[in-house]
Amino acid sequence: MEASNAAAATATSPEELHFYVADEHGHAEGSTMLGFWLYLMSDCLIFAVLFACYGVYGRQFAAGPTPHDLFDLSTVALNTSMLLLSSITYGFAMLAMEDDKVGRTQLWLLVTGLFGAAFVFLEIREFLEFIHDGAGPQRSAFLSSFFTLVGTHGLHVSLGLIWLVTLMVQVGQRGLVPENRRRLMCLSMFWHFLDVVWIGVFSFVYLIPVLR
Amino acid sequence: MVRFVVRVLRAFAVLPLLLLLGGCDWAIISPAGDVAVQQRNLIYASTGLMLLIIVPVILATLIFAWRYRAANTTAKYDPDWHHSTQLEVLIWTAPLLIIIALGALTWISTHVLDPFRALGRIDASHPITRETQPLVVEAVALDWKWLFFYPEQGIATVNELVAPVDQPITFKITSATVMTSFFVPAMAGQIYAMAGMETQLHAVMNKPGTFQGLAAHYTGAGFSHMNFKMHSLAPSDFNAWVEKVRKEGTGLDRATYMNLAKPSEQEPIHYYGWAERGLYQDILNLCAQPGKMCQSEMMMIDANGGGGKNSEANYDRLKYDGAMTEEGHEAPGATFPASGRPPNSNVQPEGMKPRPLSPEVNGQKSQGDDGQGHNMQGMPGMTDGKIAPAQLDKN
Amino acid sequence: MFSNLDLQHLILGRFTLEAIPYHEPILLMTFAGVAVGGIALLSILTYFKVWGYLWTEWFTSVDHKKIGVMYIVLAIVMLLRGFADALMMRTQQSMSFGENQGFLPPHHYDQVFTAHGVIMIFFMAMPFVTGLMNFVVPLQIGARDVAFPFLNNFSFWMTVGGAIITMASLFVGEFARTGWLAFPPLSEAAYSPGVGVDYYIWALQIAGIGTLLSGINLIATIVKMRAPGMTMMKMPVFVWTSLCTNVLIVASFPVLTAVLALLSLDRYVGTNFFTNDLGGNPMMYFNLIWIWGHPEVYILILPAFGVFSEITSTFCGKRLFGYASMVYATVVITILSYLVWLHHFFTMGSGASVNSFFGITTMIISIPTGAKIFNWLFTMYRGRIRFELPMMWVIAFMVTFTIGGMTGVLLAVPPADFMLHNSLFLVAHFHNVIIGGTFFGVMAGTNYWFPKAFGFKLDEFWGKMSFWLWTVGFYFAFMPLYVLGLMGVTRRLSHFDDPSLQPWFIVAAFGALLIAGGIGSFLMQLFVSIKNREKLRDLTGDPWNGRTLEWATSSPPPAYNFAFTPMVHDLDTWTDMKARGYTRPLEGYKPIHMPKNTGAGVILSGISTVIGLALIWYVWWLAALGLVALLVCAIGHTFNYNRDYYISAEDVVHTEAARTKLLAGQV
Repeated sequence: MEASNAAAATATSPEELHFYVADEHGHAEGSTMLGFWLYLMSDCLIFAVLFACYGVYGRQFAAGPTPHDLFDLSTVALNTSMLLLSSITYGFAMLAMEDDKVGRTQLWLLVTGLFGAAFVFLEIREFLEFIHDGAGPQRSAFLSSFFTLVGTHGLHVSLGLIWLVTLMVQVGQRGLVPENRRRLMCLSMFWHFLDVVWIGVFSFVYLIPVLR
Repeated sequence: MVRFVVRVLRAFAVLPLLLLLGGCDWAIISPAGDVAVQQRNLIYASTGLMLLIIVPVILATLIFAWRYRAANTTAKYDPDWHHSTQLEVLIWTAPLLIIIALGALTWISTHVLDPFRALGRIDASHPITRETQPLVVEAVALDWKWLFFYPEQGIATVNELVAPVDQPITFKITSATVMTSFFVPAMAGQIYAMAGMETQLHAVMNKPGTFQGLAAHYTGAGFSHMNFKMHSLAPSDFNAWVEKVRKEGTGLDRATYMNLAKPSEQEPIHYYGWAERGLYQDILNLCAQPGKMCQSEMMMIDANGGGGKNSEANYDRLKYDGAMTEEGHEAPGATFPASGRPPNSNVQPEGMKPRPLSPEVNGQKSQGDDGQGHNMQGMPGMTDGKIAPAQLDKN
Repeated sequence: MFSNLDLQHLILGRFTLEAIPYHEPILLMTFAGVAVGGIALLSILTYFKVWGYLWTEWFTSVDHKKIGVMYIVLAIVMLLRGFADALMMRTQQSMSFGENQGFLPPHHYDQVFTAHGVIMIFFMAMPFVTGLMNFVVPLQIGARDVAFPFLNNFSFWMTVGGAIITMASLFVGEFARTGWLAFPPLSEAAYSPGVGVDYYIWALQIAGIGTLLSGINLIATIVKMRAPGMTMMKMPVFVWTSLCTNVLIVASFPVLTAVLALLSLDRYVGTNFFTNDLGGNPMMYFNLIWIWGHPEVYILILPAFGVFSEITSTFCGKRLFGYASMVYATVVITILSYLVWLHHFFTMGSGASVNSFFGITTMIISIPTGAKIFNWLFTMYRGRIRFELPMMWVIAFMVTFTIGGMTGVLLAVPPADFMLHNSLFLVAHFHNVIIGGTFFGVMAGTNYWFPKAFGFKLDEFWGKMSFWLWTVGFYFAFMPLYVLGLMGVTRRLSHFDDPSLQPWFIVAAFGALLIAGGIGSFLMQLFVSIKNREKLRDLTGDPWNGRTLEWATSSPPPAYNFAFTPMVHDLDTWTDMKARGYTRPLEGYKPIHMPKNTGAGVILSGISTVIGLALIWYVWWLAALGLVALLVCAIGHTFNYNRDYYISAEDVVHTEAARTKLLAGQV
């Protein structure tokens, strides 16, 4: 304890009691990580609601197209591998950050961004195809919940991409300063979180209904 | 201001009288049906159970507050007393015991009084026998009125419900529009009416008389008058009433129904001597309008692998919301794209009667050129444009 | 206005001049009043040249104390609006019988009761409790500020944005006519095509983001920033209830965000989540919104429980009885509040077993709540109770809330609920617990902590007036509603056929009038107190002989709260310090690390509000532009790495020396 020089009142209290810390101690460490975790958990709840909706509406086709008519598992597999690979490459970016290698970090971030962009591109193409086939989000409750769940995930990935580009610029400007490290950590959690959510989407939205 | 004060004072003068006289008019305290009686008794029992703990707590609060006031220096003051295991056990177990008793009461009564469950008795002294045949009533919530089908009698009514005394009634309840709740306080508790779904209520009336029936869940502009009278009659009177409806009533076919389903408030009582076969089922299946696909058919298609890509025809046949109202529950307008309604106007919503402060009613304004308003002249209850005399609720 | 109608639609969306309710005398007068008052206020502010001061010292402030105060100011302003709605409803219901249609046609009355509910919950009660938590929690745990000071400022302004959108609906367009939870299918585009529900959606979405972020913020603050020595079981009860409240916020507001997003998709895109047709299901909305809505009830009441605990032990001059069981009770309530949502719609026709399960879980919540009441009771036992204003509110709460709790448990019995659901009995019940619990709590808290915030006590006389008018008015206003509920009268009716009900409604209206007096007295109390502030001045920083850390510093506390971070040895830290002869350190000050003020919160929430309004009125270009602006500003803000500064040791010396002088003058 650093309170040895604290000027606590000792006249009336027999034991060595200190009522304050004499040294200024900084802002609590790790509160950003905790706060971001809490945010991710709240976001997770939004996805939970959307998954629940898909669970309820997933078979309400309104005499319209079903997963069998629409989903092409090979596209989805490609999509999924893009996102999974981007998670791995983000991991490499974090390792490079640990080694204080600015250039290598930037490179892996770029690769991650490209994989992410490919994912979003494939998803938009899939959406447009569905809408072209008369299977837009208005067609049935099944499609409403499908577009909303997958679209919300895609929106998160897109925002993650914007964030990623911003961070690349900031790392370029200032290097791996503590603030940037913290931000890269947050984006890392965000990115892996989206990956985990996608595994849920892939299984419950695409795989199980098609196999059923 | 003075007038207000006088009115308030007068109200106070009336209060004790009301407590004496009014006691017997409280629908929930003095019901007319066995289910409601049991529910009332349950309210009494649970209140009694809770008062066992509520009264001591309130008294103790007041007593402690008085006894340990700062001015009373004779009371014991013990600033460090903050724990007592015995008291802690007491304050957790006392409510726990009451909740255990109440929980048991809840579990049993919820199952016995489940509205979906057929009645076990007509009243405390008359169990249901094998011969007892329930009266079936199919109730449909429309925009701001109730439509009742009597399938066994083949008749239908609007805003009047009639049932024989001491005969169990099976209500099948749905809505053709927004969600609401079917409620006759003197007969039994409420149950929601929802479009495309059927809820049930089993009840019985034990006393003859006229009782208030309500839509208990808010439904929009015409909600305040979405109520009806329920008459409970002796069996012979009931049969006479059925005969009267058959004789006086017009027919209820699809076209009449579609017209009736449009929003309207303070709808007078209508009698239909006959009703088109299967109309209730079609209302329930959201396909009373010719050309619509029934929900049952849709479910069949869905169960058999859906309708495939490019099935827009099915979409059009299934679109239901908004089919009864051209502009929703509102005055039509600019707030929704491509209609012409002012977003905040004095105009009363579609189907409403004019009010002293809002003389205009949407739909009566001529908008012939753009075809917005539809012709209200043919709608029942809308012809005179005056406020119907309020029905006084005197039993 | 425009010769080309398409152009007008492109530029103004669905807005037309008709959207301004110039033909509504009531609204026009209100508007005139607000406009005149607003212009007067703005001119006064300009005349005294306080804009700069307000901007640098308050609007852009990241100081949790100032943000807390601003939250409460917002709550009081919105209380006036929400209560005006209440008065209109009571008046309408007391006159609208038989031939008399009252003065509000249904489609206005329907907006009034919707706005009343939305405003009182989201923009009165929520900001009030958030404000108290913001102000008190960091002081009670001996912290310099919250974990994310900028986020705190942003959260506040998002709440303001939501409030502005709600208020705008009064003068431009209309508000929802659906009831405060906007149940579909009524709230769907097919049945409510107007701007009302869209106002509702965007007001709640924008304010909801603020609430969620402030929840995250306070959890991180409480978990990470407690003074050394303050273990979880040494946290003041108010900190505990705040922690649980914020856990509830973080774990329930996302559900509200999601469900409102789905409703807006139904309305804007034409999806089929809650429609009657095409596979949609309105029952899903009921479930989801109440999964948020029931925890919300506890979000409102738990902080009030904390306030009562602090006040009871302070004014009884006694340690809180059963601290541990108080904490466990709070935690149990937090968990159970997620297992009861279905009791809001027993009448939807779930099976008997489902209904009884949810009924019984609801009743179980009354056990920890009952334990809490007993704990306060036994804190009073063998205490020496000083009946200052905060304590009076506590006594009124204990009696009133107990009654409300009883009717609540009664409503949890499903067959009884079949009779009382949607009735005025229900209305009376939730006002009984929200006014008797939350509102009495925030009034107690305001009277209790006001001297800490401003350095002088609130006026006693007007405080007592306010107390008695509120309490008596409450009973007059809501006991008749219990009776009417037992007569089978349902809620949200704008007209009655049965004239025999009228006397009850007149009594209720009289009660509302008394409450109006209560609110007036409260405003008087603030005014008189500010006027007589020198007489009411408290120099000690500890006017009530308090027990927790916030009373250890000066009133108002300096920006850095505590010159030295306190060290905690006991639950009632400040009592302990006083008892063991703590003396204020007078030297050895170090520079203090503090966050810088920033205008980013105001700008970001301002843009969000504009986006909300653009979406409500279908002004797509503005919404798109706003979205881009929002992204640019948010990203731009992250390029600012220079967010903190140090208060120099000399400044601390200066501030603390001034206090030493004041304290010396006291003795």
